[in-house]
Amino acid sequence: MSALLETEALTVRFGGILANADISIGVNEGEILGLIGPNGAGKSTLFNLVAGTYRPTSGRIRFEGRDITRLPPAVRCKLGVARTFQVVKSFETMSVLENVVVGALVRFTSTRTAREEAYRVLDVTGLTRRAEANARDLTPPEKRRLEVARALATQPKLLLLDEVLTGLTPAEAQKGVELVRKIRELGVTVVMVEHVMEVVMPLVDRAIVLDLGRVLAQGAPQAIVRDPKVIQAYLGDRFHA
Amino acid sequence: MASAFETRRRNQLIIAAAVVAVMIALPLGVKDVYVQNILVLTVMYAALSQAWNILSGYCGQISLGHALYFGIGAYASTLLFVKFGIIPWFGMAAGGIFAAAIALLVGWPCFRLGGHYFTIATIVLAEIGLILFLNWSYAGEASGLQIPVSGDSWLTFTFLRSKLPYYYFALGLAAVVWLVTYFIEDSKWGYYWRAVRENTMAAQSLGVQVFRSKMAAAALSAFFTAIGGSFYAQFVSYIDPDSVMVFQFSLLMALPAVIGGIGTLWGPPLGAAILIPFTELTRSYMGGGGKGTDLIFYGAVIMIIALARPEGLLSLVTRTRHAPP
Repeated sequence: MSALLETEALTVRFGGILANADISIGVNEGEILGLIGPNGAGKSTLFNLVAGTYRPTSGRIRFEGRDITRLPPAVRCKLGVARTFQVVKSFETMSVLENVVVGALVRFTSTRTAREEAYRVLDVTGLTRRAEANARDLTPPEKRRLEVARALATQPKLLLLDEVLTGLTPAEAQKGVELVRKIRELGVTVVMVEHVMEVVMPLVDRAIVLDLGRVLAQGAPQAIVRDPKVIQAYLGDRFHA
Repeated sequence: MASAFETRRRNQLIIAAAVVAVMIALPLGVKDVYVQNILVLTVMYAALSQAWNILSGYCGQISLGHALYFGIGAYASTLLFVKFGIIPWFGMAAGGIFAAAIALLVGWPCFRLGGHYFTIATIVLAEIGLILFLNWSYAGEASGLQIPVSGDSWLTFTFLRSKLPYYYFALGLAAVVWLVTYFIEDSKWGYYWRAVRENTMAAQSLGVQVFRSKMAAAALSAFFTAIGGSFYAQFVSYIDPDSVMVFQFSLLMALPAVIGGIGTLWGPPLGAAILIPFTELTRSYMGGGGKGTDLIFYGAVIMIIALARPEGLLSLVTRTRHAPP
């Protein structure tokens, strides 16, 4: 496997706070990578660096070997990096279909072909029935799905999912897990930020644990959950493996 | 699935054709100049508000300074006609292109401002435009410019005996701006503008070039607004800064779309059809006493509509779509 995305000593400072410190990670093509860690570990910051919302204080980001550190989000999207938002950002007054068409238009000039692509994506994400509904009328889990559908319509090589499984009922979360697997089968590499370990661990091929802005551990999920450093970060000093 | 969408689109065109047919026939029996005048203003504001709607309705960048582009259009065609003898048709095109260029120049810094700050900037810029024209001696300063009217002529676009030619031009302009908006609605720009309006960050993440989208909307909007300004100059045949560039025009361009339904195809024409005759009629029947009764009444009606139907009157007919349970 070759690295689709690489970060090189990424560091971000917000005032006096070191949100990400010297983070060098790689995302392999075709894998599902979990980015986990307790609250305030710097997951969202790293996520936003890769998506292009934040600029690093120092360090580089390479996508398919190309330096994208200074590229704005829209250009990264065109290159094949798509994201969802933790706090959903639907185009509220537009229909579900129209929301997805916006994403598809980055690959297709004609709205007719973009619409066809959007219908295909709605089918994959199980939203076909809601195509004509206004985005604001969707239920919260449906809105999460719409986030994923819209990002998927941009035909990404790398899909960044920001807590798409958080706050769902177990049944909904299970459906979400199936959707993520389906997306990987479509040949899309997935990076997902989550802090609920039990949901992500069975799903991911590899996990990277962040704590206090640094990489604490990385590897196969089975090894990660037994790692004493990880247990300590999550549960505190009194618990040891 | 796609065919349902296409049927909906086709129906819009059929309705539009029917509306235009009615509007063509409407003034034929009207001999009263006062009523003709109201008709001309109504279709003119339908066109202007539709143009405003492109930037402010679809792209969500609320401008309260469109009087600037209106004034630029009025002055461009008039100056070229009065000073150089260039017929207003060319002047109109020149004014439109010049206004679009100014809109890009204005957009360059202003589109970096978000929300209300952008709106405030548009008001300020229009006021600067007003002051510049009030002091620009070549353009007649505060006393303005008179368009020489020699007789009825399509070449110089001046008519003495009837207002009908003005009416038909304004109707044509409204139809063209409507049609352009109609085609944009189902184009890349149409989707991108609405995405920018709804959520800038999400739009960016989906590959939308936000700044470029806003600039395109601003240029197109200013272009048609200036054409409307040139038309208005020809229609009233005398312009001064206070009659084409004051804040009131910015409001009058925004109000029909807001009342009718902002960011919709039919909002501006519907709003203009209600608002403009209403303005003129209250003015002539209730105004004049110096007490401003007409304005109180007018303001009250706008407030009632805004409170009861914040999405605009169009939402009374087109309900929000609901998917099957």
